[in-house]
Amino acid sequence: MTDFTMKKDADGVAIITWDVPGKSMNVLSLDGAAQLDALIDDALADEAVKGVVITSGKKDFAAGMDLNVIAGMKTGGAQAVFDGIMTLHRALRKIELAGMDPKTKKGGKPIAAALPGTALGIGLELPLATHRIFAADNPKARIGLPEIMVGIFPGGGGTTRLVRKLGVLGASSFLLEGKLNEPAKAKSAGLIDEVVADPVASAREWVLNATDADLVKPWDAKGYKMPGGEPYNPAGFMTFVGASAMVHGKTMGVYPAAKALLSAVYEGAMVPFDTALKIEARWFTNVLMNPSSSAMIRSLFINKEALEKGANRPEAPDQTVKKVGILGAGMMGAGIAYVSAMAGIEVVLIDAKQEAAEKGKAHSADLLDKAISRKKSTEAKKAEVLGRITATTDYAALAGCDLVVEAVFEDPGVKAEVTKKAEAVIGPDAIFATNTSTLPISDLAHASSRPDEFIGIHFFSPVDKMALVEIIKGKQTGPRAVAKALDFVRQIRKTPIVVHDARFFYANRCIIPYINEGLRLLAEGTSPTLIENAAKQMGMPLGPLQLVDETSIDLGVKIAKATRAAMGDAYPDGAVDEVIFRMADQGRLGRKANAGFYDYDASGKRQGFWEGLATEWPEAAEQPEFTEIQNRLMFVQALEAVRAFEDGVLEDIREGDVGAILGWGFAPWTGGPFSWLDMLGAPRAVEIADALAKKFGPRFAAPALLRDMAAKGESFYGRYGKGQKAA
Amino acid sequence: MTEAYIYDAVRTPRGKGRPDGSLHEVTSVALSARLLNAVKERSGLEGHAVEDVIWGNVTQVKEQGGCLARSAVLESDLDQSIPGLAINRFCASGMEAVNLAANQVKGGAGNAYIAGGVEMMGRVAMGSDGAAIAVDPSLTFKTYFVPQGISADIIATEYGFSREEADALAVESQNRAALAWSENRFAKSIVPVLDQNGLTILDRDEYMRPGTSLEDLGRLKASFQEMGEIMPGFDKVAMLKYPHLERINHIHHAGNSSGIVDGAAAVLIGNAEFGKAHGLKPRARIRATAKIGTDPTIMLTGPVPVTEKILKDSGMSISDIDLFEVNEAFASVVLRFMQAFQVDPGLVNVNGGSIAMGHPLGATGAIIIGTLLDELERQDKNVGLATLCIASGMGAATIIERV
Repeated sequence: MTDFTMKKDADGVAIITWDVPGKSMNVLSLDGAAQLDALIDDALADEAVKGVVITSGKKDFAAGMDLNVIAGMKTGGAQAVFDGIMTLHRALRKIELAGMDPKTKKGGKPIAAALPGTALGIGLELPLATHRIFAADNPKARIGLPEIMVGIFPGGGGTTRLVRKLGVLGASSFLLEGKLNEPAKAKSAGLIDEVVADPVASAREWVLNATDADLVKPWDAKGYKMPGGEPYNPAGFMTFVGASAMVHGKTMGVYPAAKALLSAVYEGAMVPFDTALKIEARWFTNVLMNPSSSAMIRSLFINKEALEKGANRPEAPDQTVKKVGILGAGMMGAGIAYVSAMAGIEVVLIDAKQEAAEKGKAHSADLLDKAISRKKSTEAKKAEVLGRITATTDYAALAGCDLVVEAVFEDPGVKAEVTKKAEAVIGPDAIFATNTSTLPISDLAHASSRPDEFIGIHFFSPVDKMALVEIIKGKQTGPRAVAKALDFVRQIRKTPIVVHDARFFYANRCIIPYINEGLRLLAEGTSPTLIENAAKQMGMPLGPLQLVDETSIDLGVKIAKATRAAMGDAYPDGAVDEVIFRMADQGRLGRKANAGFYDYDASGKRQGFWEGLATEWPEAAEQPEFTEIQNRLMFVQALEAVRAFEDGVLEDIREGDVGAILGWGFAPWTGGPFSWLDMLGAPRAVEIADALAKKFGPRFAAPALLRDMAAKGESFYGRYGKGQKAA
Repeated sequence: MTEAYIYDAVRTPRGKGRPDGSLHEVTSVALSARLLNAVKERSGLEGHAVEDVIWGNVTQVKEQGGCLARSAVLESDLDQSIPGLAINRFCASGMEAVNLAANQVKGGAGNAYIAGGVEMMGRVAMGSDGAAIAVDPSLTFKTYFVPQGISADIIATEYGFSREEADALAVESQNRAALAWSENRFAKSIVPVLDQNGLTILDRDEYMRPGTSLEDLGRLKASFQEMGEIMPGFDKVAMLKYPHLERINHIHHAGNSSGIVDGAAAVLIGNAEFGKAHGLKPRARIRATAKIGTDPTIMLTGPVPVTEKILKDSGMSISDIDLFEVNEAFASVVLRFMQAFQVDPGLVNVNGGSIAMGHPLGATGAIIIGTLLDELERQDKNVGLATLCIASGMGAATIIERV
């Protein structure tokens, strides 16, 4: 395959075009990098060539390195990774030095990058190695280095070049947060040089007129000083002190990539450029060999994308949704209406009262107003989106809808009624979906005259922010309904997992035990500070007590009562209920009441713990080991995920991992519960589970599947990594 | 075993470590050399009278770099056959110099040493020598690095000291130092700083603020709160290490932390033979020395374990100690020491300390040994213990006994 081609014109400009066959976006493979290197050699050696422009044959420049290639690199071990990265460094450095005389810095050939659109990762690192970057005036383009988001860091020289270009402070938001910019902002931040109408023409023009001095990078010129100062310059020292503390505090020390990035920056800042590249390559290799980074790439990139592209979609014709009916304009219905309208789908938003329906539609207006104030949207866009939403009480308006999603009150009677009313209007091909989070889909399907076209589509709140959607198959749900739900989720740009119908489905099934374990710990007299910090230091975004405050106690009370009613004598959570009922009795319902496990000030800002906790649940004199608390909080989730897989509720561990991170924020550095258990190793996981079960009860009993893997020395991804089912 | 005795202990007055401080015009080399000359003159040390000058100094760059000890010897009237060793154990450098010298003497490596140190904090800024532990991510992450002020506040939080207790200790330090000066208790040790013409530059500690009240201190803003809670957020790092702390109680400020000053101190240490040869009478023996490494994040708790160690190593108990000098780096350090050993506050830092008079980093360890000895003599008591907390999590201690 030819990814790069070169054309030399009469004026002596060689245009290298990057156009990977069969892909909508360019990604760099090892083979592609070698092709580019050969073309650069050719251009530098050819006396007729005066300069080079590197551009793309697609509407965007490049999406980055092929992460599958990165994931594959490590099979050769650290030496192979390091050698591969150094080969890339040499190729990019060749572009940067462009054949100039090493002493006089003269006689090099100007090389410019022309970016028609988005340039990410290596797609920006390559341009950073050229002498001038021209980007098209394309506000849809995104320019930046998002590597940190998938657990690695810019390892193609981007870290070293950007820090030398912008200084530690200037580069930090791009490197540490993976911040992306549109071209105009990228220019003002110093990421690129020019924003123009025709980047190839402008780059060509520049190449023909560039002087020797234009080709010398600041770091290759004499007397170069790093902006903001290197680590042992007085100003630089303070910056590096602060950078270390901020990154450490923010990442809780669990993200190896952030620390490695910082080390590459610090160590690289004190040595010449080429040595700094070698240091960057060593740390990049170190991160790539780290199991956390591999797991993050696997779950957050490779498998997430596979699921979004329909890895588990049944064979069925295209089910793209054109018009969706949403029943119930409460918080969930309004949110679903917004994301649907944003995706260009016609929306009929129905509620029992016109006023309620209008209020639901106003939610979209509010979100768009906020986006406009942040310059992320426009009045025209707002009018267009709102124009797609019809707020009404009239079920007849559902005519022509090919999908209906009900999000009415969690009452089987109410749901049955709206199901019947909707089915009376919609066409024979339409699919009916329920957004229930607590009621069995198969039971709700009894109200439907066509249960094979009845399905659960479970959104998380707030709908506009949460990336995960659970698709739940009832006993009779047919493949076309699943395909419809998956196509819908793809349209609204969320990530789907497909699960079977069982209490709490998947995400809630695992997050509730996490909350309950936190409450049990509190009831046992564990310091609430220890509980919360134990969770956060394992990488959970919120401690269990804060999570209760955010979701509110009365939801917990409601769930507890419903669960107790359903389970009868088998109900195991008395200690937990005791805590939440006592909190509810005192009106400490959580953030919405401005009073929960935490205190809140008048503006709703979270303060310290409620002092009543100390009297309600006095701290025991002997506090448990920190790692024991962490094990309890993590295992109670991970073991439940394994049980869900063992039960067949979850069909694919990839969905289990991706769903855990996107659905309830399960420690992203782990790559998800299955990846985490693999990291621990099944034997060690069983050992910990056995110890916990002995001390705290059967909720920690190791599932037979885990025990079997431990006995056979197997791992989840070794056995089920390609979507194989447990059963 | 050979005994190591203290024959003399001197110090310069401490000048404010600022451009308008009285000693700001004096170089580190000159201040060191003039103090070495005082030791030479007071004891009549001619020729190769001592084996070495061991000189503590923390910020060893610029004029304090390049083995300041050797420069100081050559600048002084001491014989050039005496070499000069510059050492750095942060705040305990001056004490470590004394301890090293004493142990060399005890081990038979020479009859006598001059040991002490200097720090011109107004001329060579603290931290200007760099420190990997503060900026190298491999170390900062491993050690959960936070600056000392945050560490002092962690001690206050962990061991339950309030702002009021810290301020009260600071007021007491000021009152004691003022009383000590008014009664000339430091007269034996203070060597006024003179210029090249014999004119006096400074003859008195000038950092003190006599009459400081609790109300005055109450008005001061906590110095480390912002860097702890907001930018760059060191408290978060501290709580990663100490997850049982819900928040850090920031109680320290300029008034209950040690002062930034210029100053030097020296102790003449030798065996019995040295005393006889020079007609000198020993004032005390160095009974024991100790150093220890501790948790680098809370950093400043060293005085407690190092005191436990020195007592255990020397077969003593806390009740064998008559008087204590615990360097007032931060109020919480001294409060923690008194809490841990349940010692009478009246026996600790009898004449005030670094909060009132200042903490010239490389010199303080030698200063407090001299101050301790003066006070033992004044009260006619026998055994004293001096100890300091040390950056990066260390502690040092010395026990002296009058003879």
